[in-house]
Amino acid sequence: MAEHQLIEHDVIVIGAGGAGLRAAIEAASTGASVGLVCKSLLGKAHTVMAEGGVAAALANADERDNWMVHFADTMRGGQYLNSWRMAELHAQEAPDRVRELEAWGALLDRTKDGRMNQRNFGGHAYPRLAHVGDRTGLEMIRTLQDHGIHQGIDVHMEVTVTRLLKDGDRCVGAFAYDRERGRFKVFKGKAVVLATGGLGRAFLVTSNSWEYTGDGHSLAYHAGAELVDMEFVQFHPTGMVWPPSVRGILVTEGVRGEGGILKNSEGRRFMFDDIPPLYVDQTADTPEEGWRYVIGDRDARRPPELLTRDHVARKIVKEVKEGRGSPHGGAFLDIAWIKEHIKDSEAHIKKKLPSMYHQFKELAGIDITKEPMEVGPTTHYAMGGIRVDPDSQMTTTVRGLFAAGECAGGLHGANRLGGNSLSDLLVFGKRAGEYAAKFAQESGSVAIGQDQIDLAAREALAPLERDPGADVGPYRLQYELQELMQDKAGIAREEDGLKQALDQIHGLQQRARRMGAGGSREYNPGWHTTLDLESLLTVAEAVAMGALERRESRGAHSRIDHLEKKKEWGSFNHVIKMGPGGEMEIRREEIPPIRQDLKDIIEEQG
Amino acid sequence: MATATTHEFKVWRGDADGGEMKSYTVECGPGYVVLDAIHEIQADQAQDLAVRWNCKAGKCGSCSAEINGRPRLMCMTRVDELPEDQPITVEPMRAFPVLRDLVTDVSWNYEVKKSIPKFQPSAPNGDDGTWRMDQYDVDRPQEFRKCIECFLCQDVCHVLRDHHLHDKFAGPRHYVYAANLEMNPIDTGDRLAALRDDLGIGYCNITKCCTKVCPEGITITDNAIIPLKERVVDRSYDPLSMLISKIRGK
Ligand SMILES: Cc1cc2nc3c(=O)[nH]c(=O)nc-3n(C[C@H](O)[C@H](O)[C@H](O)COP(=O)(O)OP(=O)(O)OC[C@H]3O[C@@H](n4cnc5c(N)ncnc54)[C@H](O)[C@@H]3O)c2cc1C
Ligand code: SF4
Ligand code: SF4
Ligand code: FES
Repeated sequence: MAEHQLIEHDVIVIGAGGAGLRAAIEAASTGASVGLVCKSLLGKAHTVMAEGGVAAALANADERDNWMVHFADTMRGGQYLNSWRMAELHAQEAPDRVRELEAWGALLDRTKDGRMNQRNFGGHAYPRLAHVGDRTGLEMIRTLQDHGIHQGIDVHMEVTVTRLLKDGDRCVGAFAYDRERGRFKVFKGKAVVLATGGLGRAFLVTSNSWEYTGDGHSLAYHAGAELVDMEFVQFHPTGMVWPPSVRGILVTEGVRGEGGILKNSEGRRFMFDDIPPLYVDQTADTPEEGWRYVIGDRDARRPPELLTRDHVARKIVKEVKEGRGSPHGGAFLDIAWIKEHIKDSEAHIKKKLPSMYHQFKELAGIDITKEPMEVGPTTHYAMGGIRVDPDSQMTTTVRGLFAAGECAGGLHGANRLGGNSLSDLLVFGKRAGEYAAKFAQESGSVAIGQDQIDLAAREALAPLERDPGADVGPYRLQYELQELMQDKAGIAREEDGLKQALDQIHGLQQRARRMGAGGSREYNPGWHTTLDLESLLTVAEAVAMGALERRESRGAHSRIDHLEKKKEWGSFNHVIKMGPGGEMEIRREEIPPIRQDLKDIIEEQG
Repeated sequence: MATATTHEFKVWRGDADGGEMKSYTVECGPGYVVLDAIHEIQADQAQDLAVRWNCKAGKCGSCSAEINGRPRLMCMTRVDELPEDQPITVEPMRAFPVLRDLVTDVSWNYEVKKSIPKFQPSAPNGDDGTWRMDQYDVDRPQEFRKCIECFLCQDVCHVLRDHHLHDKFAGPRHYVYAANLEMNPIDTGDRLAALRDDLGIGYCNITKCCTKVCPEGITITDNAIIPLKERVVDRSYDPLSMLISKIRGK
């Protein structure tokens, strides 16, 4: 029998980013006992990195804004594959969730009359992103953390979950090890919330941290839950490209929101060359109109740099491919040029974009108040994720298992708008916490079979018992996968490449199962990385499988062998589930017909 | 630095029972930061080398260590800005118990924070149930809210590092935290007694070492600690100002 510590709670929340913290706070507020588990230290989750802002139709910066416009923008951005019910709830509830943060100590940037200020972002009709300079995620996670530590939540830091535990079709807990000593912990709960974030580490060039190995997706999948729309991975148009060491680090869209423009090596503002039909009416005709939009002229339309991320990313790739890229294979992003319009532009840029200034100065030796940056696409966000009920966030097939935040799917469809993730975390984190607590209260006590615990323990220890020298080691194997995904399942995909990718992923899966890790159980990153391989390979397989099946280009998913968006592909989602023999299966699921009132809103908003 | 260069790294390896500096040679590409070199070592030479990191972009405050003896973030320290002619040393923070290699036990910081009286908002002053705050009033606490909890300031402070007064002294990070709450325009809490007694702000003798290492450039001593010390002193010796500050809600 495997030695372990047993920890019992009504609700177990796995993940302490924005979604997990918000879920834990909500569940605790109902009187439920809550355990919060996270792989790294509290306050370090990915949410800390978010820069630009949190989207909510507060209408502080433009009173024409309201939830209906936000809803329509989100659906248009997602190319109508979104769960319309989630998009509705999100747009309606985001304002209250953001305001609540101030009651918990957040200090967001102000308007002249002392309310929360809001900034422009791609795909949002009005300035909608509440923010603090370019460190909004830090403000959000710290606020939730500092509020959360006084709510009686039991926090388990640097503890990694490797398996969900079940009782029949119900999730009743999780098996984990602590990173510090490698001791096992069994979390027993009446409801379990996954809030583990994304999967960007499956790709070579990414803005994501080491934690983004798709653990939640994989945990849920292996417990019998469904994954939805996994082919939609967002490549953010502006990551750093030089020097190599910083390749992929995010350059916030806020740079463009503050007036930054994209140019090719010929100095041409190429984004004006090609405006997608869905957005022609909303896009500026001239640079002059674009600038007026930036400084808040309400009659001006947005500059083409603020089109949706999928489009901007593709345009940059096109310039590079056609030989008009920057020296290191990107495009130029210029914010310094605003000195033509703003008197003290240097101070202005430093105030509005302090961490971007810092990041380029320190890491690339570039002063963004004087010179343009070099940028190119970077893997950024997983639109797809665990399939959930839109109202309660309970997974569609495993009772008592909930998911919220980036690891859940549905809200963003084929492409996420900037700022819609932080609001997603708050709205659906709260809902998941609320419904998980309710489920815990209404459902009976739970039992965990010893055999599941023993099996999980054996699997976790296996790498330490194998020969670490037999293969290239976990880091190099991870690197092989990242190169493969970048190359064959990245921003431009086609049938043969995706088939090869799937084959090779299966090969890597075989090798990962035999991978050994040297060293002991104590704070051993080699062992941890070996254990993460299963998640990474599972999500990689799901992404490639979805991408192969979707024979069209839509949103973030581009097929060079099927360049067009096809109407018939706009009516269903891809659902992935483990088949009876343990193999991955994919099927189409018709999108439920949209409610008439919501349809009317979309039509009215154009 | 346009091409790869070779560097010697001396990395502390060990655990609570002791350890030693181990030497590794690493080929460093253009723009490499120290964390890149540590990752190279992990990939090929020492898979189990323990290190904390998350964002690799200076935003999460996980990768704190002592590089050439100075507390710094590994992900924001470029190799090409360090002296070329000597090995680069990388050691764990010395103010906290070491767990393994470069990883230390920083849980004490989380305990201290929890003991600081929490944020308590006033009643909303806007007719829509929210607060009106002037950007001018928000600027000051916003400086403190840039803190990424890297604990480098804690590491460098002699009260913790040399005198180990962890049970009497909260450390610069937590004075920054307390200052952010005290200067929040809508907070009504009172932390002055706690700062004087349990949090031990009196032990700080304003050496400003903390300010010098803060990667976020927070002016810890001048903007957070000194104003707090003044408030504590005013309160302790001047009952009248205490009364006035109470009436003003601050
Ligand atoms: C650089 C950058 C900038 C961004 N800027 C914005 C922005 O301006 N606006 C916006 O809306 N969105 C932005 N995003 C996206 C947004 O930040 C993320 O989608 C969001 O923070 C995800 O939050 P989360 O709560 O779902 O997960 P996270 O914050 O990533 O938290 C995941 C948690 O799960 C834990 N975890 C994971 N696996 C396990 C496991 N196996 N066991 C235990 N714990 C586990 C982790 O430790 C962590 O605590 C940005 C993203 C990046 C990378
Ligand atoms: S100024 Fe005070 S808190 Fe900062 S390092 Fe010196 S003694 Fe410590
Ligand atoms: S105040 Fe500065 S040095 Fe101290 S923990 Fe915060 S960011 Fe780090
Ligand atoms: S890894 Fe996040 S600050 Fe260095």
